[in-house]
Amino acid sequence: MRAWLLAEEPASPWQARLGRLYLGWRRLCGNPLALLGLALVLLLALLAAIGPWLAPHDPAAQALELRLRPPLTPGYWLGTDELGRDILSRLLCGARITLGIVLLTVAIVVPIGLAIGTVAGYAGGWVDTVLMRLTDIFLAFPRLILALALVAALGPGIDNAVLAIALTAWPAYARLARAETLLVRRADYIAAVRLAGASHARIVVRHVLPLCLPSVIVRATLEMAGVIVTAAGLGFLGLGAQPPSPEWGLMIASGRKVLLDSWWVATMPGLAIFLVSLGFNLLGDGLRDVLDPRQG
Amino acid sequence: MRPARLPGAVARRTLELAATFLGLLAVTFVIGRLVPIDPVLALVGDRASASAHAQALRELGLDQPLWRQFLDYLGQVLQGDFGVSRLTSNPVAEDIARVFPATVELATLATLIGVLGGVPLGVLAALRQGTWVDHAVRVASLIGYSVPVFWFGLMGLLVFYARLDWVAGPGRLDLAYEGLVEPRSGLLLLDALLAGEWEVLVDAWRHIVLPASILGYFSMAYLARMTRSFMLEQLHQEYVLTARVKGLAEWRVVLCHALANAAVPLVTVIALSFGHLLEGSVLTEIVFAWPGLGSYLTQALMSADMNAVLGGTVVIGAIFVGLNLLADVLYRWLDPRVR
Repeated sequence: MRAWLLAEEPASPWQARLGRLYLGWRRLCGNPLALLGLALVLLLALLAAIGPWLAPHDPAAQALELRLRPPLTPGYWLGTDELGRDILSRLLCGARITLGIVLLTVAIVVPIGLAIGTVAGYAGGWVDTVLMRLTDIFLAFPRLILALALVAALGPGIDNAVLAIALTAWPAYARLARAETLLVRRADYIAAVRLAGASHARIVVRHVLPLCLPSVIVRATLEMAGVIVTAAGLGFLGLGAQPPSPEWGLMIASGRKVLLDSWWVATMPGLAIFLVSLGFNLLGDGLRDVLDPRQG
Repeated sequence: MRPARLPGAVARRTLELAATFLGLLAVTFVIGRLVPIDPVLALVGDRASASAHAQALRELGLDQPLWRQFLDYLGQVLQGDFGVSRLTSNPVAEDIARVFPATVELATLATLIGVLGGVPLGVLAALRQGTWVDHAVRVASLIGYSVPVFWFGLMGLLVFYARLDWVAGPGRLDLAYEGLVEPRSGLLLLDALLAGEWEVLVDAWRHIVLPASILGYFSMAYLARMTRSFMLEQLHQEYVLTARVKGLAEWRVVLCHALANAAVPLVTVIALSFGHLLEGSVLTEIVFAWPGLGSYLTQALMSADMNAVLGGTVVIGAIFVGLNLLADVLYRWLDPRVR
């Protein structure tokens, strides 16, 4: 198997692709911090999938006689909040919200960024100028403030928070995709494909876009950490998810009221945000060394 | 780097940034239109007659075509008129002028902490590339990228204020010292120093040191990473080898040759990171009840005071654009090749 993957002369494109993937994986394995990041991200995915079944209690069930129990109370290992809800159960159910926000943002942002960037880079001329000027305008904005103003106008809620974050996040991808496109635009193989009669759309989608993917994947992984923290910030301000949702930023906001007496209510969800965000950062950092060696 | 003459290039950049600012105003204008509050109904109430309604519509300029409304908005903003805040009944511009110094004071101190901590750490990491020092700096800055700033602030309050009692709690000053110093610059530390009120100075310092350190840590994380990569780039250049071959002391090679050259891009990064701190201070100010622009903006958000929200957004956006221009000018001024 290993010999097949590392064959000098792969017999099929698939063998070559899998071989590259395997080499990348081996390099990633040489970086313990990146593996730790991968483990944290996989853990989030797992908890998002099965968290609600693992939760020992109903995340919304209030029990005022059990309010503000400290961690390590039997049955409530991370303690309870000011309404007697089990913090562990709420964290487990909140993982799904966090992952949902991240995936939704990436699903909106990456296609928009890729489309604008590759078209601008490939077409050049006035199309490039107009699209990049637009990108620069959005890039020069204070992102959090703009997201705040947008959510204020659209009304608080998790959908609007995602929309606001996405609207302020796409320019970075457009820049990146354009830079990559400019590198290959004049390449011989593009000229060859064009001589073979491929349309512009086909060239962009099949021959330019795939080359932008590695750096976009790296960027998106690093960006997810930022998205998680920003979404939690909006939740903390009361502009994202609304109570009684077990969104982690919102949980910190409710823990803030009892911070000085019951430290665990705000500490636990913050730790969860921190670990997940650190996971994406470590993984992205490691992926950059593997996929995008040009940038140190 | 494309050689360009300084005044021409700066003029071109200024034009570009003016276009950016215009774009920002267009976006805030659109956001202002998205608000589901009918400004006419808010003014005259829902029992007003049709003629009163129409008159209010005219007085607010809402019967004009959209491009006309946008031009009016542009004119108002350029005159520094952001309308009246519904929350405080003051002109928004006045409100912002009142709260802004508190934010500037916080962000400036945080930038100082970030530069004094981040640059040496970045240099150290670059010199010891691949060793545990490098990894430690890398992990420390990744932690800075990953921690939610508001949670970090809460934890800081819990440990250093509630448990250890090393610093003062939320707010800018204890109630007992309030109003003792006449506000001249609005920067409390400076005002207290000028007035010679030492007790006020100490109290203000005890209040600002924790939020500034928290914000400073984020700036430090960013600057350490940037310094490291700029330094690595320089240390691989041939002139560094030449300097070493000449037998210069290592510290001279590092500080006078490599760092001096890395400083050029670094200065622009620091200018931009100051802008990010102004923004990052929104969440920090809430946690520390710091009476700055961030607190003002969020209070306005909570009460749907759109004049104040958009005014604050425009001001922060303008500062961002201004810092971009400053960074660009500094870069050209410091780098003789671009001059």
